[in-house]
Amino acid sequence: MTLQNLDTAPRRARGLPAPPIRAFLARYGLVIAFLALWQLSGTLGWISPAVLPPLDAILGALWTGIASGALVDDIAISLQRAGLAFAGAVALGVPLGLLMGQLRPVERALDPILQLFRQTSALALYPVFILLLGLGETSKVFVIFWATLFPTLLATIGGVKQVDRKLVEMAESYGAGRVQVFRRVILPASVPAIFVGLRLSATTALLLLIAAEMIGANKGIGFQVMNAQYNFQIPLMFAAILLMAGLGLAANAVLVLLQRRLCRWSLD
Amino acid sequence: MTPQATGDTLRGAVSLRHLSKAFTLNGQPLPVLRNLSLDIRAGESLAIVGPSGCGKTTLLRMLAGLEAADSGQVVIDGRPVAGVGTERAVIYQEPRLLPWLTVLENVAFGLEVRGIARSVAQDRARRHIRLVGLSDFENAWPRQLSGGMAQRVGIARALTVQPEILLLDEPLGALDAMTKLTMQEELARIWREENVTMILVTHDLEEAIFLADRVLVLSADGTPPALIPVDLPRPRDRNGADFVRMRRMLMGRFGLH
Repeated sequence: MTLQNLDTAPRRARGLPAPPIRAFLARYGLVIAFLALWQLSGTLGWISPAVLPPLDAILGALWTGIASGALVDDIAISLQRAGLAFAGAVALGVPLGLLMGQLRPVERALDPILQLFRQTSALALYPVFILLLGLGETSKVFVIFWATLFPTLLATIGGVKQVDRKLVEMAESYGAGRVQVFRRVILPASVPAIFVGLRLSATTALLLLIAAEMIGANKGIGFQVMNAQYNFQIPLMFAAILLMAGLGLAANAVLVLLQRRLCRWSLD
Repeated sequence: MTPQATGDTLRGAVSLRHLSKAFTLNGQPLPVLRNLSLDIRAGESLAIVGPSGCGKTTLLRMLAGLEAADSGQVVIDGRPVAGVGTERAVIYQEPRLLPWLTVLENVAFGLEVRGIARSVAQDRARRHIRLVGLSDFENAWPRQLSGGMAQRVGIARALTVQPEILLLDEPLGALDAMTKLTMQEELARIWREENVTMILVTHDLEEAIFLADRVLVLSADGTPPALIPVDLPRPRDRNGADFVRMRRMLMGRFGLH
């Protein structure tokens, strides 16, 4: 995944505003065309609706699932797993990254083992986590946490290390001590890089959530995708997939909003 | 002659005593400053010129306390100094503004770092923002400023801490020719109004003559430094006969015409 893929936040048009309709079509025209093609291919019988149900059937299944409460439990448990793991990854990754980015000896000591951990697929380690932590919630949250930690950690380290030394020197020449340099220069300068990591981590969390739920769960959106397929409830399967996509977009949108509030100085 | 230079009560006198500094290049020591001694009067304007590699920026960084001398001392108002100090402020070639702070917050930064309350710091910052003519841009972000405006903000930030000594490291080197001339006038005015000692590293000989009471000429080949007084009335006229003669003489030292 490239960072550009993440950068899909809506941006205000620069310069003269284009007419609203044209601007809207320029931005979302392809998505609308894609969805229309999907709907038509089902209703016109180009692809068997049993394999690719038309959108209205999928939305119908989604609505039934939510209205009847059947999917609500799955959404709640999935959000809890991903949320806990993401919160843990941020709570550890950001402070550790800030520390490692500033203290070369700490970074030198920790880097090899972190690289080893990072290059080991979290899913390959899932059986190990199950052995250690049992089949319950802990191992699921932990495997998501494991994979989610690294993007935030590495982005934070990178952010701290690329802080302009000239700005640090400027602050020092005005008498700023270590704490002030950290609080007033290094931390704010690292925020944009940290957000790149947070957005990658959020994506990773949802990715691992599905994988973990497909392998060893009896609840959750990922479980529903597999379960619906086994039972040949194809509209429900697509409804669960759609739900995941929605969650991913929502998580990204929240982070983009937060970034805009915190980094007004760096935008446009 | 400057009226400031005669006052004994003025602070900001700098003495360099037997300063030496060498760098190591490929295992070989490369001396850049050899046993340099010099007295700079409080309120004086001194320019330091020389070819690249002569140590002029190193000298300024030692004055700022950002670099240590191998031997010798920097003495300010009779006290030897080591490290940075509140009586000195540095203006760099790049404005070095913090991009996440507004103009006002950037200018107040130096005072806030020294523990002055934000409201007090910003009040004092506003005075110096006015001095550099940017009152309408108090709430602008640095990315919205032109190069000349950003450099003015850097100058205002340095002045706001009310230093006795202003250290300028090629402050106008990155500006276009027109802006540069305007900013030279501005620096001359600020120096006159703020009663500070000004030590200016520049590679622009005309700038040195325009702004300085004396010009310290450093060389890269081991020739001893020369100290050249600029006895021209202020405000200085770049096209006056004496100015042109002075410039020709100084350029001649570098083999230029």
